[in-house]
Amino acid sequence: MCDALLEVEGLTLDYHTRGGVMRAVDDVGFTVGRGEALVVLGESGCGKSSLARALMRLLPRNAGGLGGRVRLAGRELHPLDDETFRREVQWQGLALVMQASMNALNPVVKVGEQVAEPLRVHLGWERRRALARAAEVFELVGLPGDFLRRYPFELSGGMRQRAVLAMALVAEPDLVILDEPTSALDVLTQAGIMNALKRVKAELGTGFILITHDVATSSELADQVALMYAGQLVEMADAATFFSAPGHPYAQALMASVPKLRQRERPRAIPGEPPSLLDPPVGCRFAARCPRRFADCARLPPAFALAPRQEVRCWLHQQDGMEDGV
Amino acid sequence: MSALVEVADLSVHFEVRQWGFLRLGAVQAVDRVALTLAEGESVAIVGESGCGKSTLARTLLGLHRPTQGEVRFAGRELSGLRRGELRAYRASAGYVQQDPFGATAPFLDVRRILAEPLIIQGVGRDEREARIRAALEEVHLTPVEELLGKFPHMLSGGQQQRLVIARALILGPRLLVADEPVSMLDASVRVEILELLRRIQGRRRLTLAFITHDLSTVRHYAERIFVMYAGRLVESAPVDALLDAPRHPYTQALLGAIADPDAANARRQRELPAGEPPSLLDPPRGCRFHPRCPHAMAGLCDRDDPPDFDVGERHRSACWLHRE
Repeated sequence: MCDALLEVEGLTLDYHTRGGVMRAVDDVGFTVGRGEALVVLGESGCGKSSLARALMRLLPRNAGGLGGRVRLAGRELHPLDDETFRREVQWQGLALVMQASMNALNPVVKVGEQVAEPLRVHLGWERRRALARAAEVFELVGLPGDFLRRYPFELSGGMRQRAVLAMALVAEPDLVILDEPTSALDVLTQAGIMNALKRVKAELGTGFILITHDVATSSELADQVALMYAGQLVEMADAATFFSAPGHPYAQALMASVPKLRQRERPRAIPGEPPSLLDPPVGCRFAARCPRRFADCARLPPAFALAPRQEVRCWLHQQDGMEDGV
Repeated sequence: MSALVEVADLSVHFEVRQWGFLRLGAVQAVDRVALTLAEGESVAIVGESGCGKSTLARTLLGLHRPTQGEVRFAGRELSGLRRGELRAYRASAGYVQQDPFGATAPFLDVRRILAEPLIIQGVGRDEREARIRAALEEVHLTPVEELLGKFPHMLSGGQQQRLVIARALILGPRLLVADEPVSMLDASVRVEILELLRRIQGRRRLTLAFITHDLSTVRHYAERIFVMYAGRLVESAPVDALLDAPRHPYTQALLGAIADPDAANARRQRELPAGEPPSLLDPPRGCRFHPRCPHAMAGLCDRDDPPDFDVGERHRSACWLHRE
């Protein structure tokens, strides 16, 4: 499980805006193992969707420099030209389910044809074979096979989301990036989709990067959690550690702000707001809101290893294994 | 506690027509709902999209006309109000819409957004200014002087929602209806807004009806919960009883689907009811949840509407399982 599938090092992405250059993704690095699920957690504007776009090279026109290295199954992706990337990496290597993509299905084409399209266009499969494969994937994500012949408007939101998921899976990619796949859906529908993702992960051994702001739902799939704040990765840990003993003060505050159904403690808000990325502070970006800030926070902290699978970008953890006094 | 809002046998149906005249049927958005809200009480109305919770809320505000049944506010029936009386009623019932980003006019500044309801109610200029400032203070949109001239797009999501709350409160309502007040906001801001609503509710002794699809947020912000499914009220109870010991199979399913952050979640499949909520154009006979219910009893649940059964202190559940 631990051989590296996706290795990201020093990834940066800039946007040119009227206010100047904005670094949306700042020196982000992580590794996803084969068949593993990494959750990228963060609040709006923290750069998590930009990270997905940077990995998929779906950059808006005002995107500036894309820096760093990305390796998929050992192959460097950044040197590839767009055509090679599209032909050889998209769909079979990396597939993306974009935010609200269930509303982007073509309304006048039957769902099955759309789900089979990557096979026909990218792999040159003939129609009948591609549809048969689509039917198998439909079953895997929990859609009846005869839905292949329906149009998008005949499906509920949850079913359309499953169809979009089927499309991402149909060419058996090594890794699927999901950007807020359930945020617009009802609780029961959401839980159904998370069930389907767990099944896919177990049966096909697909790797996932799940991008979300929803802490509770993220724990439904996570093997590892990467927490982003103001464009930077502030904590990276395996799920068990992150959900029970987060190390970064922001991670701790975020966990305390999540209302829990089965606990009586009152959730606590995090005072203040994230800094503007046009003019971020030089030191730790969370310092202004941090209850535990001290003199060192004026300098940007590096990531300190707290445990074998936990790295935290906070000066409090300067001495490895320092006692956590929260 | 005296009753402020009394809803009896309320149905709100919407006719569906093709080409403007061909009657295709009626969407039974709210069907035979009865509930009472006491003065100063805070309740949550919970359910999935399309269950009728927003329609119910809007009917309480006098924005939809009941197809059947009645809504009484402080003893007066809403559908009997004349135009001028309805305007007066609107001053005593505030509304926080679902989407703070779409709830204010982008071309009006904060001062003007808050002045609007006061102008409609005929409040004079000097008093308007004073009340606008007080309202901004109350929702902590400060420094007031700086915010008065800002336009909605210059505010963060949390600030926009505060503005919408200030507007809903500015006429001094006795009832406040908040429709998904935090669903569009980030986790860290959510708690701030919910705490604000709770404090204001306590201080002003407001009756607060808080509409949400997210049961994990209600424990600290409501005293009672009403659960709706497919246009019907299926269960109501004090908050702890409903969350810790739900009785209706639908409520149980809904709670079972909610995750708390826990790494163990990733290793198990959640048990969920099959299928999806029914079409409200043609809802199932009998209990509307019976096609998905693991306890459905043939010949009963698919034939007869379950009445409300008393299953505990102020705890009611509309399910045949509680018979005898």
